Amino acid sequence: MTFIRLTGVTKTFPPSSKDGSPVVAVDDVSLTVDAGDVCGIIGYSGAGKSTVLRLVNALETPTSGTVEIDGRDITHLRERELRALRADIGMIFQQFNLFDSRTVAKNIAYPLEVARRPRAEIAARVDELLRFVGLADKAGSYPEQLSGGQKQRVGIARALATSPRILLADEATSALDPDTTQEVLALLKRVNAELGVTILVITHEMDVIRTLADRVVVMEHGRIIESGDVFDVLSSPQHAATQRFVASIIEDVPTGTQLRTLRERHPGRIVTLQIGDGGQIGGLAGAGATTQADVFATLAAHGVRFELVHGGINDIRGRVFGHLTLAVTGDADAVQRALDAVSAFAPLIEEDARG
Amino acid sequence: MDRLIDLLPDLWQATVETLYVVSLSLVFGGIAGLFVGLALYATRPGSLFPNRFLFGTLNVVVNFFRPIPFVILLAAVQPLARGLGIPGIGPVFGIFAITIASLFAISRIVEQNLLTVRPGVIEAARATGASRSRILLRLLPREALGPLILGYTFIVVALVDMTAIAGAVAAGGLGEFAIVYGFKQFNPWVTWAAVLVIIVIVQAVQFLGNTLARRVLRR
Repeated sequence: MTFIRLTGVTKTFPPSSKDGSPVVAVDDVSLTVDAGDVCGIIGYSGAGKSTVLRLVNALETPTSGTVEIDGRDITHLRERELRALRADIGMIFQQFNLFDSRTVAKNIAYPLEVARRPRAEIAARVDELLRFVGLADKAGSYPEQLSGGQKQRVGIARALATSPRILLADEATSALDPDTTQEVLALLKRVNAELGVTILVITHEMDVIRTLADRVVVMEHGRIIESGDVFDVLSSPQHAATQRFVASIIEDVPTGTQLRTLRERHPGRIVTLQIGDGGQIGGLAGAGATTQADVFATLAAHGVRFELVHGGINDIRGRVFGHLTLAVTGDADAVQRALDAVSAFAPLIEEDARG
Repeated sequence: MDRLIDLLPDLWQATVETLYVVSLSLVFGGIAGLFVGLALYATRPGSLFPNRFLFGTLNVVVNFFRPIPFVILLAAVQPLARGLGIPGIGPVFGIFAITIASLFAISRIVEQNLLTVRPGVIEAARATGASRSRILLRLLPREALGPLILGYTFIVVALVDMTAIAGAVAAGGLGEFAIVYGFKQFNPWVTWAAVLVIIVIVQAVQFLGNTLARRVLRR
């Protein structure tokens, strides 16, 4: 069931200087998110991700197009109605944005105070949330006494206070170290699984997409350039910009200096092969069908020597894809025949040709 | 020195007058300045209630009054005070003039301290469904309370200074005491006694402000 629907949404900001041209932050974006899903929006900074997120809770209003939540067009709501809507949509931030003058408990209580809930109900709900995020012993602490991970857990508790059905996460783990990121992602996963909250995350981190998202949307210059199942988009990105972006977050394909170093260090031809787990990728038989074993067996059968010099295997919910960079040596004709044979079933990038 | 001992009751009287003028000016100027400061903050472009016209007008008014040296402002607002039925000399006139002068200084201090609250905090509050006026009137002053207390402390010290200057137009207080009994009668002991009392008042105010701010900021 579609829960969040953006239809042909454009957001234009007035020019920053007098003779500048207006800035189109979001350009004709259409997007749907099903209830209970986790949708990731990825893309370079300035791609319009943050604006899309803020269109959902009406912190930004679209210049044209419509935003619907649960079948209700929110584009023309009055301020008072928007405030009620926002109580049903939690939001967490990269910089946490906690209220420094309030204790942890008072931070979590804020949305409930705004919603004018009775005091006893607020106290009970805050206790419940503190236990849910594992900070029951920090109720009386102030934000500056907490670690980054703890702050984000307070942020999550605050966002969940009014039991919203949607959670918007704006680079929620980008300011955290890898361990803390895992901890916060695990918590968000519980929010989705146990509370059934629909989550919209924007991120540039692979971990967030891999562990959290069901679907992924790729944005560039305010437009959606690609979207679909996380495994499909990451394992076989179609759009050039997506390929670049995926390469930058997955880092299993050598580029730039890395590639130069490899070339200096290893004789022979350097090639990168895309491998999968024997299943299908993006409905294309062949692309993901290749396993490591297939590649190695074929090369060995042609009597060439090869060395694994770079690579990475990505596990997305039990499905595997990745890249192997090999330095292949031996008789030039044999190498050519071996690579021809391999490239017949495994997508191959000739690294030398790219130099 | 003997003269000073004779004047002790007058010194006490002058001290009480100074405290009276300072505290009432602080109440009036402080409250008016708080509202003008909130208005300046709220109407600036990109803020909670952006309004180019109102912001521009307030800005010009504040910038017009703030650089006027207090001695000149004192003389300049005399006709205005008389027009409002306030005598042109004495403590009440002092309070009137100091309130006007401090109002504009305080509004800038309030505006600047509110601006130290990160925009993300406001966005987080709006995302919870809080109204803009609730954020402006309840959340922001509390979030900026520490620096606001220090700003007001700074202003109180300036008020003591202005009160002394207002003494020149017979607005009472330690300034008038020092001028009339000390300066004009060539008695440095009397002048320095007034200075000493002012120093004590300033120190006490600064100590109080620092203590409060430290408690609010928890450091």
